[in-house]
Amino acid sequence: MTTDTSPRSDSSPDANGRTTGTLRVKRGLAEMLRGGVIMDVVNAHQAKVAEDAGAVAVMALERVPADIRRDGGVARMSDPALVEAIQAVVTIPVMAKARIGHFAEAQVLEALRVDYVDESEVLTPADEEHHIDKWAFQVPFVCGATNLGEALRRISEGAAMIRSKGEAGTGNVVEAVRHLRTILGDIRALGTADAAERYAWAKRLQAPIDLVDEVARTGGLPVPLFCAGGIATPSDAALVMQLGAEAVFVGSGIFKSADPPRFARAIVEATAHFRDPEILVKVSRGLGDAMPGAEISTLGTKLADRGW
Amino acid sequence: MTAEDLAQPGSRRAADRTASPGGPEVGVLALQGDVREHVRVLESLGCTVVEVRVPADLERVAGLVLPGGESTTLSLLLGSAGLLEPLSERLRAGMPAFGTCAGMILLASEVLDGRSDQRVLGAIDLGVRRNAFGRQLDSFESDLVVAGIDGGPMHAAFIRAPVVERVGPGVEVLAVLDVARDRRPVVCRSGVVTVAAFHPEVTGDSRLHEVFVRDVAAAAAPAAAAAVAVPQRA
Repeated sequence: MTTDTSPRSDSSPDANGRTTGTLRVKRGLAEMLRGGVIMDVVNAHQAKVAEDAGAVAVMALERVPADIRRDGGVARMSDPALVEAIQAVVTIPVMAKARIGHFAEAQVLEALRVDYVDESEVLTPADEEHHIDKWAFQVPFVCGATNLGEALRRISEGAAMIRSKGEAGTGNVVEAVRHLRTILGDIRALGTADAAERYAWAKRLQAPIDLVDEVARTGGLPVPLFCAGGIATPSDAALVMQLGAEAVFVGSGIFKSADPPRFARAIVEATAHFRDPEILVKVSRGLGDAMPGAEISTLGTKLADRGW
Repeated sequence: MTAEDLAQPGSRRAADRTASPGGPEVGVLALQGDVREHVRVLESLGCTVVEVRVPADLERVAGLVLPGGESTTLSLLLGSAGLLEPLSERLRAGMPAFGTCAGMILLASEVLDGRSDQRVLGAIDLGVRRNAFGRQLDSFESDLVVAGIDGGPMHAAFIRAPVVERVGPGVEVLAVLDVARDRRPVVCRSGVVTVAAFHPEVTGDSRLHEVFVRDVAAAAAPAAAAAVAVPQRA
């Protein structure tokens, strides 16, 4: 299952009786982030703005997805100096992205002691067949998914959090809605399947039968399901939370808006009070321009198609 | 954005909840964090649970659990939801409370290594250090003996956890970490306020929640006694 070059996650107790890197503490941090907003930031200043606005974590990267889309070329892991500069100024968790399948980038991020690694389709994939063997790491991973099968494959590889992919850098929430509805709709349908049907589900989803059975039994993924890709307004956040997302990632939506500190704060409030339209009115009023959006049909590259 | 902007005493959402019959309702602060795990444990103990997001929710509950989450975020959201003052007032008036991890930080009287604008409720006289063990890679599980908790050690999940660095007068330390070395307090209690640096709700251990539920029942006892003071059927 693992490449020989990957460090294995060690889960035996140390001299103080402490066990680190367990599935429980990996998933546990994701559970603590529920109901919160994780914001993409490209420098220490933005990281402070995000923390001041109430972000539960920041994602350190060199360019937000909208700029990656505009610039083209190969998008890679951030410079370690950038990650360290951001770690130095905030007290909230710091995440960073590695390319799909690029376990060496993930090793670098683990050595930097980031709090979560995002094996992300927003960066240019390094491997067109294999994802990272995430069980080999002590640091937890989040991965994107467009459907239930993809989510369960990532979980079988060791992901401790799933985010629906949406279409990053577009400011268009339509793909995030499609992916969330697909994942949650299939979870609901799977709940009514009998044993024989669950084998057919496993075949159709290309996912391990034990995970399919677990989802059928519990009515949910075994890890938290967050939403990413195209959230640009407080109402977008409330929409995906009501659809069943447990927290939101906002990439370009904050720092490509007219007033990033206010947008950031408003999206934090909207995510916390996602069922309260009166609060949504208050936080949305006079907010100014959201990031410019893009029609999905005009895109040259759909980032969500990356991942296997 | 000010507290007045967001506070919703007559919130439609709060109002359309139906009142539950029977015993006192307990709340879980539901602005952010691992709310669901706490709700699950409390419901397993037979509680009727209210998710508390606005002041109207707080008025309904006889005790409050403050969950794990991001304490800086929770502190901001408590302020904008208009909950800081009414919550401080309820705590001063003796409402039972239980906080885990971020919840412990919020209930403490002093945060070390926090943000300068981080607000605390001061319900238990403790100085608490955030992220005391380091980053996520230093998060861990460990067995922990807790004074007054029967049935063996608790299996504790410490996730970017805080520790207590200063214990004020009248605060009882119920568990310490690293017994052989620096003895850092991780479970404390003062009156009807209990705090833990770890997450019993994540491991599904309900024993500290039971302490909280007993506190709530005891606080409600005079009213309950009055309620049953009707002629008993033979």
